[in-house]
Amino acid sequence: MNKDAMKGREPLAHISKRDEITIWKAWGIRLAAILLSLVVCAGVIFALTRLNPIEVYKAIFGGAVGTSRRAWVTIRDALTLLCIAIGLAPAFRMRFWNTGAEGQVLVGGVVTAAVMIYFGDALPTPVLLLIMLVVSILAGMIWGLIPAVFKAYWNTNETLFTLMLNYVAMQIVTFCIVFWENPAGSNTVGVINSATKGGWMPALGGLTYGWNLLIVLALAYGVYVYLRLSKQGYEVAVVGESESTAKYVGINVKKVIMRTMAISGGICGLAGFLIVSACSHTISTSTAGGRGFTAIIVAWLAKFNTFAMILVSFFLVFMQKGAMQIASQFNLNENASDVITGIILFFILGSEFFIRYKVELRGRRKEA
Amino acid sequence: MGVFVIFIQKAIGQGIGMLYGALGEIVTEKSGNLNLGVPGIMYMGGIAGLMGAFLYEKSVAQPNGTVGLLISFACAFLCAMLGGLIYSVLTITLRANQNVTGLALTTFGVGFGNFFGGSLSQLAGGVGQISVAATGAAYKKTIPGLSNLGVIGDIFFSYGFLTYLCIVIALVLAFFLAKTRKGLNLRAVGENPGTADAAGINVTRYKYLATCIGSGISGLGGLYFVMEYAGGTWTNNGFGDRGWLAIALVIFALWKPLNAIWGSILFGGLYILYLYIPGLNRSTQEIFKMLPYVVTIVVLVVTSFRKSRENQPPDSLGLPYFREDR
Repeated sequence: MNKDAMKGREPLAHISKRDEITIWKAWGIRLAAILLSLVVCAGVIFALTRLNPIEVYKAIFGGAVGTSRRAWVTIRDALTLLCIAIGLAPAFRMRFWNTGAEGQVLVGGVVTAAVMIYFGDALPTPVLLLIMLVVSILAGMIWGLIPAVFKAYWNTNETLFTLMLNYVAMQIVTFCIVFWENPAGSNTVGVINSATKGGWMPALGGLTYGWNLLIVLALAYGVYVYLRLSKQGYEVAVVGESESTAKYVGINVKKVIMRTMAISGGICGLAGFLIVSACSHTISTSTAGGRGFTAIIVAWLAKFNTFAMILVSFFLVFMQKGAMQIASQFNLNENASDVITGIILFFILGSEFFIRYKVELRGRRKEA
Repeated sequence: MGVFVIFIQKAIGQGIGMLYGALGEIVTEKSGNLNLGVPGIMYMGGIAGLMGAFLYEKSVAQPNGTVGLLISFACAFLCAMLGGLIYSVLTITLRANQNVTGLALTTFGVGFGNFFGGSLSQLAGGVGQISVAATGAAYKKTIPGLSNLGVIGDIFFSYGFLTYLCIVIALVLAFFLAKTRKGLNLRAVGENPGTADAAGINVTRYKYLATCIGSGISGLGGLYFVMEYAGGTWTNNGFGDRGWLAIALVIFALWKPLNAIWGSILFGGLYILYLYIPGLNRSTQEIFKMLPYVVTIVVLVVTSFRKSRENQPPDSLGLPYFREDR
């Protein structure tokens, strides 16, 4: 009787922390989560369009990589997302919640556009591109440094500070659009230097987005090495784990915070340069288009491993493009892609739990 | 004088939506959950309310405003709670990171709102412009008699019931948090869940309830915007960045519901100030639109300078709680 009462009180599942998990098992769990999310996404699309689930995936596939042009747009956008995520990795490694990537991308983009508009036809292309690259990085750095200084000296909450700076950056963009609008009265900048292509990123080896590929992959490698193998990267990790420990071993915490955020903001500014110079050739408040937020999740899911980020960002952009294709096919709103992204992210976020913890059901535990 | 009265009216009109968002977020944050999904939740509340009213008005020949109002209110609250539930399951039960989950929820919610807002007429069989006139009118109905009291009537009694409900919620919330046993428990959970757990408070239940109910309240902000501000129509991204301002307002109000009331009117005023300053051209207007964000940053910086003990966020804000981690 006593035993029965005990049995009734034992919870349905017992949760305990895993000591370690093999890399294959961890990726297996993630893969299962992704598959599950794909099933749910197909269900949602089916409910809305009555499209048979197999057709749904055919359409997603066709929308994302169906033609060579679509495939390149998917690659281009994935690279942009990846670039921002790479920029965020050092900050997150330090447990500095840089939610301001959106703003850092925008200021990088706006100064790039400024150089294109004012010097686009006056300077030779290589010089022009170099100037654009440098000013965009500097602008992003400044935008990242402002909250970092306050965090370092007064411990001001960086999540909200960086978040608010996004909107300040957005207003700067709309402010500039007033002066740059083309044609007048349209309240948009239009394609900058559409005739002369001044300040447009040239193709590399026949690939329109070759430079994007080169720059972003080099960054992915560089940041990976920086975080894993350099002394500064080690300092970032120590500050992230414990500020007290960092202070105790003689790391200048303030300096590390500011330096890391300068790097983080700089790379995000560079992403703004890539978007304006190599992709859209224009600037608007939606130049970053929420990618600053999506990149946060990419960086987090990839556990700051820049190579895992490549996988995650390509997968997300692939699904987004596919969902947009289906939406336009059925005259539905293209924001379907955000809904799909959200569902996938929920599943991947949830799956991390099963990697960190072991769940044992009541019945099974008895046998063990 | 006339312009000033209109300015106050418009400021309140802008502020109430943010106030709903902020009040919901205060409840949530008091339980230690930093829900950055509030902007998405507000979109979810708004579109669910609109869809509820739309489907109702479409299905009956003579739509009754009051019924539409009740249906849309319930839809908005429930859908927003669903958003909160997703967040709760992921962060409380599955211990996912709160910031990341919140941002994912915002992506999802804003997409959800814009998707259904933009596709509703197509999904309903191509009916063209979505409009819920009867329900919209019911939301805009002012208190009879009182709204004719001249300036007093214009400033205090020219709004629909959601405005007054919001103030009431703020007052009730202030009382609940400061004076009741359950409010004390909730604050304890947010400050130190370990201690609360030891004192016999069911931490998980408090966190779940606070997050879901808080989300429901936030969702009403979206409903307010769609129904009373926009009169029962949807524009994509029409709600804009007010959701983030709602989160900013929580900090501005230092986690106190009563501060949030006047804070929301101030934020609403700052949001539209550029329309009332004479002699601005288009470019300087854009500079003025930065004001709410700059003010929030200043408040953040000032509170971090002063470090007074009462004005700090809940101590465990943003941290997951796992009993065995202690």
